[in-house]
Amino acid sequence: MDTDIRQGRIWVLLDKAGRLIEDIDTDQIFHNAHLPITDIAQMGPLAFGNLEGWKDFSSQCGSGDMVVAGRNFGAGSSRQQAVDCFLALKVGAILAPSFSAIYFRNAVNSGFPVLKIPGLDRLLEEKKLVTGDIVRVDVKLGRGENLTRRFEFPLDPMSGVQYDVYRAGDLFKYGKTAGLKKN
Amino acid sequence: MDKTIIEKIIRSHSYDETAAGRIVWMDLDVRSARDFGGPNVVKNYEREYGAAPLADVGKTFFTFDLCAPACSLKYADNQQICRDFARKHGIHVYDVDAGIGSHVLIEEGLARPGTTVVGTDSHLNILGAVDSFGQGMGDVDIAFAFKTGKTWFEVPESVKVVLHGMPLPTAGAKDLTLFLCRVLGTKKIALRSAEFTGPAAATLSAAGRITLCSMITEMAGIIGFIPKEGGLAADSDARYADVVEVDVSGLPPQVAVPPSPNNVHSLAEVRGTKIDSGFIGSCTNGRTEDISRAAEVLRGRKVKPGVMLKVVPATRTVYRELLERGILASLFESGAIVINPGCGGCAEGHAGLTGKGETQISTGNRNFPGKQGKGRTYLAGPAVVAASSVAGEIAGPEDL
Repeated sequence: MDTDIRQGRIWVLLDKAGRLIEDIDTDQIFHNAHLPITDIAQMGPLAFGNLEGWKDFSSQCGSGDMVVAGRNFGAGSSRQQAVDCFLALKVGAILAPSFSAIYFRNAVNSGFPVLKIPGLDRLLEEKKLVTGDIVRVDVKLGRGENLTRRFEFPLDPMSGVQYDVYRAGDLFKYGKTAGLKKN
Repeated sequence: MDKTIIEKIIRSHSYDETAAGRIVWMDLDVRSARDFGGPNVVKNYEREYGAAPLADVGKTFFTFDLCAPACSLKYADNQQICRDFARKHGIHVYDVDAGIGSHVLIEEGLARPGTTVVGTDSHLNILGAVDSFGQGMGDVDIAFAFKTGKTWFEVPESVKVVLHGMPLPTAGAKDLTLFLCRVLGTKKIALRSAEFTGPAAATLSAAGRITLCSMITEMAGIIGFIPKEGGLAADSDARYADVVEVDVSGLPPQVAVPPSPNNVHSLAEVRGTKIDSGFIGSCTNGRTEDISRAAEVLRGRKVKPGVMLKVVPATRTVYRELLERGILASLFESGAIVINPGCGGCAEGHAGLTGKGETQISTGNRNFPGKQGKGRTYLAGPAVVAASSVAGEIAGPEDL
């Protein structure tokens, strides 16, 4: 399968009142009590372990599933575990209107697709993205498609560096193959 | 010409064309890791590069600050992993006695005006206080930086934040900072570099500049700068993505209410809220000036019985200054618990945690749920935390 395409069931992170959760911080994604954990295999079950209403996410999430979240996803600390826990669960991508700067970098460097979805509020308002829908995304072209409801929606395509690192696998592989310019 | 401060610093470290929105490769003057992140930096490095040498050991450092000395086996193990790696490669370690890494980098002259500094501390953009481009990054980024001395970075747009008027004399740098957390939220300077101008910014002391720049992360910004006479400045025709005007005239003391540092109210609105504990320190308010201000409020008074007040100086240098000026003795007499330098309060550090049902008032920078334990945390300046610890409820010095 073309690695530019990812497909899976989506989880839309809503709160009890049905609102999209914004500003989800890294303590809610991967709590600081677990910071000393360095083995990626142990991180999966801890994903969203401190996010109200989503603490059982890891037991329900399947391989290839995608997360849809509110703006400024990944606020707070620089912990890589907040990305690695999703890699451990084999989450396919995270779609959000924006990501915190550090979180975005960490994901890019791990070759994990974090994709900006500019019209999310409206898509949710019109009930066009609902938990359980099957969605396909093209990370290079920036195209999303809801296969359950049969319509397309735009995503921001990956930038040059993000795409190059993604195709290489991670930042290290990219660094070894690309040959960095001497400043 | 036409460059903002961030564009100037990045341009001097890159051969790529530097303008907002472009992704460039940037040379790093300092790369560091601490006792979280650090062990994973080592793990990544050894997996990818084996025993190969670093780009430059003289520009590479470990700083242990979160839990110092380690009070859990995991932290102890992780610090030792970093020490062993450092010994193998000849890297200097600012060990558990040194204090908060970002502050140590400033004191040691490693973070100087115009430099680029990265590390595993999400508050490393605090270095904007000394006109240095500091940036917190994850362990993959830092391992790569250890090996190559470089990182990629999208040159951020800049926002000019113009502060009008002066806060009340009872309001300090933290009150101004919390107010900006409220007004700027997590949107106005998100993913951008902020340049703060106006008298309320320009008159901030060195410690006050650190306080403001330490909470740019809570405003979702990349970094904040406070131009001053003789320091780095933008060109007169620099391009800004936005200009935000903020009236701070007559600003009273501010308090951030759980669950977020952006949920900020005036002291008057939360006065009288019962507290169980106080915390004075952190990268935001752990300087000599901050702790001295708290000590002034506490002098001749006692922490209310049943209330626990923890004081954690930012660094060993701060600790020595407090010791020499008799401030530690004065804090001791007031019943405060003075703890050795470091972060202490965040990330399950050596200053302990809050228990379920406990209400804490802290000079720290984050009060997200679970950040300092299971309790609720209010954020305020040193004077308010000190006064609250005497009163047993949220209060200002004038209430005592």
